[in-house]
Amino acid sequence: MDWLQQLINGISLGSIYALIALGYTMVYGIIRLINFAHGDVFMIGSFVGFYAITGLGLSIIPALILAMAVCALLGVVIERIAYKRLRNASRIAALITAIGVSLLIEYGTIYFRGAQLEVFPSALPTKSFNLWGATISVQSILILSISVVLMIILQIVVRRTKVGKAMRAVSHDVEAARLMGINVDRTISATFAIGSALAGAAGVIFGIYYTKIEPLMGVIPGLKAFVAAVLGGIGIIPGAAIGGLVLGLVETLVSALGYSNWRDAAAFIILILILIFKPSGILGKNSREKV
Amino acid sequence: MKKSILSKLSYSVVSATLLAGLLSGCGAKGTGGTGDVIKIGVNLELSGAVASYGQSIAEGIDLGVEEINKNGGVDGKKIELIKIDNKSDAAEATNAAIKLTSQDKVTAIIGAATSGNTKAQVQIASDNKTVLLTPSGTSTDLTGTDGSVLDYIFRTCFIDPFQGSVAANFAATKLNVKKAAIFGDSANDYAKGLATSFKETFAAAGGTIVAEEAYASKDTDFRATLTRIKAANPEFVFIPGYYEEVGLIIKQAREMGITVPFMGGDGWDSPKLVELAGADALNNTFITNHYSSGDPDEKIQKFVTAFKGKFNDKSPDAFNALGYDSIYLLSDSIKRAGSTDGEKIKDAMAQTKDLALISGTFKFDEMHNPIKTATVLEYKDGKQVFNTKVNP
Repeated sequence: MDWLQQLINGISLGSIYALIALGYTMVYGIIRLINFAHGDVFMIGSFVGFYAITGLGLSIIPALILAMAVCALLGVVIERIAYKRLRNASRIAALITAIGVSLLIEYGTIYFRGAQLEVFPSALPTKSFNLWGATISVQSILILSISVVLMIILQIVVRRTKVGKAMRAVSHDVEAARLMGINVDRTISATFAIGSALAGAAGVIFGIYYTKIEPLMGVIPGLKAFVAAVLGGIGIIPGAAIGGLVLGLVETLVSALGYSNWRDAAAFIILILILIFKPSGILGKNSREKV
Repeated sequence: MKKSILSKLSYSVVSATLLAGLLSGCGAKGTGGTGDVIKIGVNLELSGAVASYGQSIAEGIDLGVEEINKNGGVDGKKIELIKIDNKSDAAEATNAAIKLTSQDKVTAIIGAATSGNTKAQVQIASDNKTVLLTPSGTSTDLTGTDGSVLDYIFRTCFIDPFQGSVAANFAATKLNVKKAAIFGDSANDYAKGLATSFKETFAAAGGTIVAEEAYASKDTDFRATLTRIKAANPEFVFIPGYYEEVGLIIKQAREMGITVPFMGGDGWDSPKLVELAGADALNNTFITNHYSSGDPDEKIQKFVTAFKGKFNDKSPDAFNALGYDSIYLLSDSIKRAGSTDGEKIKDAMAQTKDLALISGTFKFDEMHNPIKTATVLEYKDGKQVFNTKVNP
């Protein structure tokens, strides 16, 4: 049952992409900024989780929550310091700032702790069981469930709470939202906090699942998650989840067919194709650009 | 960039030659062979980026010289070492080689630890008809390219591809496997060299390669490819590569229920491998290496005891052993040449046969690469344990 095994491999990989992609897409949806520092927030989350488990001796769930809290704070700080004053600047200025923040976090981390890799403690049992010939590890089940739970919570926050309503309003029309008495700054901060917390969670999950963490670990997953967000339709929250899963499955499929050297290329070929043929993504509706 | 390095190099070469000429003009003592001593130059990385390699080799050489001199030296002559620190820098290595050949007039040079710093001395040694013996320079082209050998250049260590054929022989004869898979780094010369020689030797031993897959360095998810490998049902998986990826591959493979033996080369040799893969997952995996201090061989245990006695109970590593072997290899050649003439020594060294040393029994192929036994280590509960010795 090879295909079943590969399906499970793909979903596990895809759910991590999806968690990172959610933050990308939320931030883009609300201030039209591609936050390239997002992958590095993911890295910080991983290290916070690592130090929480090895240094503070926390178990997995408290470590996860701590990593999410630290990343939420980091996201808000980044937004307040770097992006807020650029809100009315050209988009390219904000984009370049985002790349600058990304490099600052990466090399700041290297400056403070060195570039050597760290081995994430296996905080979860490494048992696995058989399902119709496929081997499923307990870890991947837990990872998948954590991802699904977080996505459901996010959906509830966005759809059912006041903050979520404000976020949707700001994303729809900033000026109108302001006129309706919505605190736009606070809403944007909340978006960064939630998106960064998800990245932090993804960082911890990544650490558990892939063991090796290092200061530049956020670069490639960050870019892949960006592809996933575009694939699903950037700015659309369910789109990010779908895009992440599709990307994980496609990458696994490419490797499964024996072209593992083409796996990264495949992700970026998807980006190019989607930008040419359906720039609004899988779930996106064609919207006319207002002039 | 290249030009500036070249001009810097030629400048330092010129200045060093002038200096050497001046100094030797004042008090030339003749060649290293006259008198009661044989002068051997040691040109190593005693400081700088790869100082740990150079220092380890130097310790091995020191121990060897001490023993040889205590036992009457070479043909009654004591060995005198002239050590120069090349600071892990190619230009410095060239300067040191110039000083050793023209000023100190050494009989032969041992060094350097890395391929690059050895290469920087090749021209000088060849021009001066001085044997240059590198203890640990593994790059294939050091001793010559395309079948044309550089007469004066030799090495004590085996070259990278050699480990692949050793692994293949070990798999075929000791583990008795017929179906093997290869999972290697696709963009790395070291891994590709190992994979190619493994494939050739394993096929020659009657085995078949049932799957050949590749990964890129910095990859973290190998599960999709491992599923493919599992489906091919190999009895053995060869993973040439470095510990960063290998550790994750082994961990993920074991999680997926691939229980067959894994094997790799000295690129695995790092404590991080054990952390990444976990001690349990590493059981039933093997690596090839130059030597093991746990080898029960009498000669090796004698060396280990002697080394511990001289260096505060420190257990000798592979570099210590290679340094120690280098000085013995050289003194054996000088003895058989019966002279300190460079031309005679290189002929004698090329004809080295059945010379039993620490890292194996020596013989050189036509490219001056030693054909010797390699050691296979097995991981048991996260520790490297001596398993066996394998001939290529």
